[in-house]
Amino acid sequence: MTPSGLEQSTAFMAIWWVVAAMSVIAATLVVRLKDVLRAALALVGVFISVVVLFFMLNAELLAVAQLLIYGGAISILIIFAVLLTRDVHEGSPSNALQAPAILLSAGLLAVMTFVINNTDWKLLSEARLAPAAQERAAEVFANSTPWLAGLLMRQFVLPFEVASVLLLAAVIGALALLREQ
Amino acid sequence: MVGLQHFLTLGSVIFAIGFYGAVTKRNLVVVLMCIELMFNAVNIVVVAMSRYLVPLAMQRAPDSAEAAVAQTLLTGQVFAVFVITVAAAEVALALGIVIAIYRTRRTADTNELKLMSR
Repeated sequence: MTPSGLEQSTAFMAIWWVVAAMSVIAATLVVRLKDVLRAALALVGVFISVVVLFFMLNAELLAVAQLLIYGGAISILIIFAVLLTRDVHEGSPSNALQAPAILLSAGLLAVMTFVINNTDWKLLSEARLAPAAQERAAEVFANSTPWLAGLLMRQFVLPFEVASVLLLAAVIGALALLREQ
Repeated sequence: MVGLQHFLTLGSVIFAIGFYGAVTKRNLVVVLMCIELMFNAVNIVVVAMSRYLVPLAMQRAPDSAEAAVAQTLLTGQVFAVFVITVAAAEVALALGIVIAIYRTRRTADTNELKLMSR
């Protein structure tokens, strides 16, 4: 069910492991680094590796959106906020909950890994589909953007419109919060 | 070979790291950064599921080659679109709140912000 058989290649696997290692290391740096500005830059590293992951999952539109919105807008906003609050170099100390938090997140990770490995996933590559349906599915992933647009504009048109109201409310709310009294 | 489980495990690891940071960090901006980590982990998971799993509509009609059935393959990507939208709105508002708090109280430390405790 792969559009090109690319997923089976060694290069795909090598790139996957490199990107996965990069994202996990960058995510660890976000929570471990003392300097908040450097933590923000590590966060940009996570965003960029997620862009590569989206490309590997045949989600071109999402990859570009991720690069523009996360890699561009959100990271700039966060870096501005870091610079506007004075304690950049005082670092990001942890509170007293460190030990229980490590336990809780390790437990959460254990539960999620257990579920991932013990669920009977209905995989596309193992599904018994008619040849025409298989061809259609390959077509969808080979060029996903027009199909995504069709789905977004037909089946999900109401949430799509509500999202614009949400963004407008967020803009007005942020302006109202930050206006000089 | 890299499969669905690999992507899901990667998403879980990043989610757990983000959760740990969001619960323990004392700097409000770092807490927000960790929440962004969690959003990204969820995005990886939903997009990977949309790439590797058979949607219900296709399970019910395995012989159908209709566009309406085939496009449900991308439902996970639609979810990711909405997550990105909500995350953008959230980060704009939350950073506004952080800056507003910082302006009035001169701190962004969660241990010193106790407006609601007695």
